[in-house]
Amino acid sequence: MSIVTVQLGQCGNQIGHEVFSALCSDIRGTHGLCSKKENESYQDSCKERFFCEEESGVPVARAVLVDMEPKVISQTLSMAARSGHWKYSNHSHFCQKQGSGNNWANGYSVHGPRHKEAIMNLVQKEAEKCERLGGFLTIMSMAGGTGSGLGAFVTQCLRDAFPTSFILNHVVWPYGTGEVIVQNYNSVLTLSHLYHSSDALLVHENDVIHKICAQLMNIKQISFRDVNQVIAHQLGSVFQPAHTAGGGSGYSRNPLGIDWQVRPPHPGLHPLHKKPLHFNTSIANLVILRGKDVHSADLGSFQDPSLYTSWLNPQDAFNAWKTPRAFNKYEKSAALVSNSQFLLKPLDSIVGKAWNMFASKAYLHQYTKFGIQEEDFLDCFTTLEQVISSYTNL
Amino acid sequence: MTQSVVVQVGQCGNQVGCRFWDLALREHAAVNKKGMYDEALSSFFRNVDTRSGDNGPDIYKGKICSLKARALLIDMEEGVVNEILQGPLRDVFDSKQLITDVSGSGNNWAVGHKIYGCQYRENIVEKLRKTAEHCDSLQCFFIIHSMGGGTGSGLGTFVLNLLEEEFPEVYRFVTSVYPSGEDDVITSPYNSVLAMKELNEHADCVLPIENESLFEIVNKIHQMINSGKLGSTVKQNSLVTSSAGSAKTQVKPFDAMNNIVANLLLNLTSSARFEGSLNMDLNEISMNLVPFPRLHYLVSSLTPLYTLADVNVPSRRLDQMFSDAFSRDHQLIQADPKHSLYLACALLVRGNVQVSDLRRNIERLKPSLQFVSWNQEGWKTGLCSVPPVGHSHSLLALANNTCVKPTFIELKDRFMKLYKKKAHLHHYLQIDGMEQSCFSEAVSSLSDLIEEYNELDATKGGPRVDPSRLKIAV
Repeated sequence: MSIVTVQLGQCGNQIGHEVFSALCSDIRGTHGLCSKKENESYQDSCKERFFCEEESGVPVARAVLVDMEPKVISQTLSMAARSGHWKYSNHSHFCQKQGSGNNWANGYSVHGPRHKEAIMNLVQKEAEKCERLGGFLTIMSMAGGTGSGLGAFVTQCLRDAFPTSFILNHVVWPYGTGEVIVQNYNSVLTLSHLYHSSDALLVHENDVIHKICAQLMNIKQISFRDVNQVIAHQLGSVFQPAHTAGGGSGYSRNPLGIDWQVRPPHPGLHPLHKKPLHFNTSIANLVILRGKDVHSADLGSFQDPSLYTSWLNPQDAFNAWKTPRAFNKYEKSAALVSNSQFLLKPLDSIVGKAWNMFASKAYLHQYTKFGIQEEDFLDCFTTLEQVISSYTNL
Repeated sequence: MTQSVVVQVGQCGNQVGCRFWDLALREHAAVNKKGMYDEALSSFFRNVDTRSGDNGPDIYKGKICSLKARALLIDMEEGVVNEILQGPLRDVFDSKQLITDVSGSGNNWAVGHKIYGCQYRENIVEKLRKTAEHCDSLQCFFIIHSMGGGTGSGLGTFVLNLLEEEFPEVYRFVTSVYPSGEDDVITSPYNSVLAMKELNEHADCVLPIENESLFEIVNKIHQMINSGKLGSTVKQNSLVTSSAGSAKTQVKPFDAMNNIVANLLLNLTSSARFEGSLNMDLNEISMNLVPFPRLHYLVSSLTPLYTLADVNVPSRRLDQMFSDAFSRDHQLIQADPKHSLYLACALLVRGNVQVSDLRRNIERLKPSLQFVSWNQEGWKTGLCSVPPVGHSHSLLALANNTCVKPTFIELKDRFMKLYKKKAHLHHYLQIDGMEQSCFSEAVSSLSDLIEEYNELDATKGGPRVDPSRLKIAV
């Protein structure tokens, strides 16, 4: 099954490039510490998912690149081509000249409708190249104007055009101390809108990745390139093929196949137990093990009931995927994807700051002039307060 | 990439403008070694095939043939513009980009705005359209003028109005030189307040400049050079006041001060022209620094003012650059942001500076600055990889801060002193279209602006009470 990736804005395009680079570099070269047959099966599966074969033999990323100004896309295209190992199609990008000015409303209400046809045509073309379409992955930041605003609009269009396809949004959260003054507005608008069209939001926070670079990797002068490579690495370790639990011996058909939609029971039916607050309470956890000894690894602690909300059976909430094929030449590697309360604090902080700014009406004129009114903001705040409330009550 | 057009009006506007074009060419020459016309150049310059004369077609790619400034030069006296056209920059301007007259505006805003405005309206619109047609994607108009005289102030603000009418989607950034208290033009308070109303209503962003600040910077540099404290020699072309390396050979009295303003504009637009890891386009400046439509007056400070000849820059010096940006001697207006309230702040860094340097310095400086309660972390940052000529890095800080209030209050006071006595009023009222109400409306607009700043200042230092969040039924 194939995934079509849509890279949006400066952040989305920069990260997208690093992701395809990481995937490609992983499948080339060594046998991955497993049998030749296993390795070939892995490579075929990965290629089918993320790349298209071309006559020249150079894999072409199944991707659509979108930005409202030309510089980043042109750098992205040329960097990929220079690698010699993979590239983007020459006909899968769309850009304009002026940028979105960090304005979500500009991205969503102006650029979105204006360029919908052109962008969706590119997506349609990529989708048609897939024998079996598994779904869509969008990569975007939520702080700026294009990735956030246009990204939310495109996600909606994807949902309308492909009602039964799986849509996963990879969203980058900005540094808390600010890169953009209106980032909290843009974030609130993005998240609330994505909630209506997306199946799942996979999140990376710049502050957290920055810490990884500083404390775990000891990088002295951290650049955005460093941050993006860590993110790409993590995404690669999640999206590369793996055997799912019920998938038999073949590689998982749908890479995004975990059921992310969990509906909590009606309130009042299940009394809320007070739990010791050691961990963020989870609704679902996915562990992906790659490399040596994956089948003998003990994952029992991941099924500890104290990790999960009281109305879920840990057996239902926990999944493990394994493959003996090593990722990125690591003898053993593990990835954890978690749907839990970990995002509560950052989300609450963003909503709080945005609300504070909203109460003073600062910057609202910049949004209303492009058609996003105060009522729209209120709807968005309501949506997110509900999300916060639902997660808090786990 | 996008283009910008500069509209320089009046004596001050044209003198500053002239320095801008000169230093812009110097900057591009330093970066563009191959002589190829690129996107960065196209931001402010057209590339014209002049082999068959001045009316040749624009060349969009390939070698530079003849660079023409995307500019409109307007003055109601001929002296300054003529001098430009006879000087080393004559080929950069097209004769079709000039609008001049002979008698001047007599330091009278009404003459500039009402008489010349009316008279030259068609001409101005036509020339603006022509300039816009040469642009693939016009993003911004920069107006350069002074507030205290007649042409820059009156006709300049007339043009501002026109720009909003004819090109509503294009940003309007205005660089305004405000008169000092000892200004020798007696009616400068009238002209300035009348112009302020226009700036309040029609500009997207205003960068106020005060001659006193420019003068102090010039003096500071003189002192440093003459005192011998610097040890090794200062790089001449790194001085923010210098024309070294540009086309200009004769030094005129206001050149040093005007160069500072020119450098401000170059730094402001650097991220739109050159690449970087975190671009800050002009529309982002407006978006992030203007929380309420009329509060669009930005205090600018530039650092460093010079570079020593030794090239190695330890990070201590880098941090010093950030500290300097928040010190009063680097500001272009006389104000005290540290003791007032920040509504928003932008840091535009050029050269070899990384994200971690930015973060470290923001953390370090934050505690000494007061930000408004709803924008506690209100920083907008940009990283442009190309440093200015003669420097390895530089910083432009733009602050939306209530410290501009005293400047405006003083202006209003000087206005009222004259107005109460009706001094010189007849010079204005005798102009067609001018009435007493123009004055009362103008001072009222200024008072309202001051009041907006007052309300914000009132929130300073008070207990922080965050508004309660929405309650959701579970």
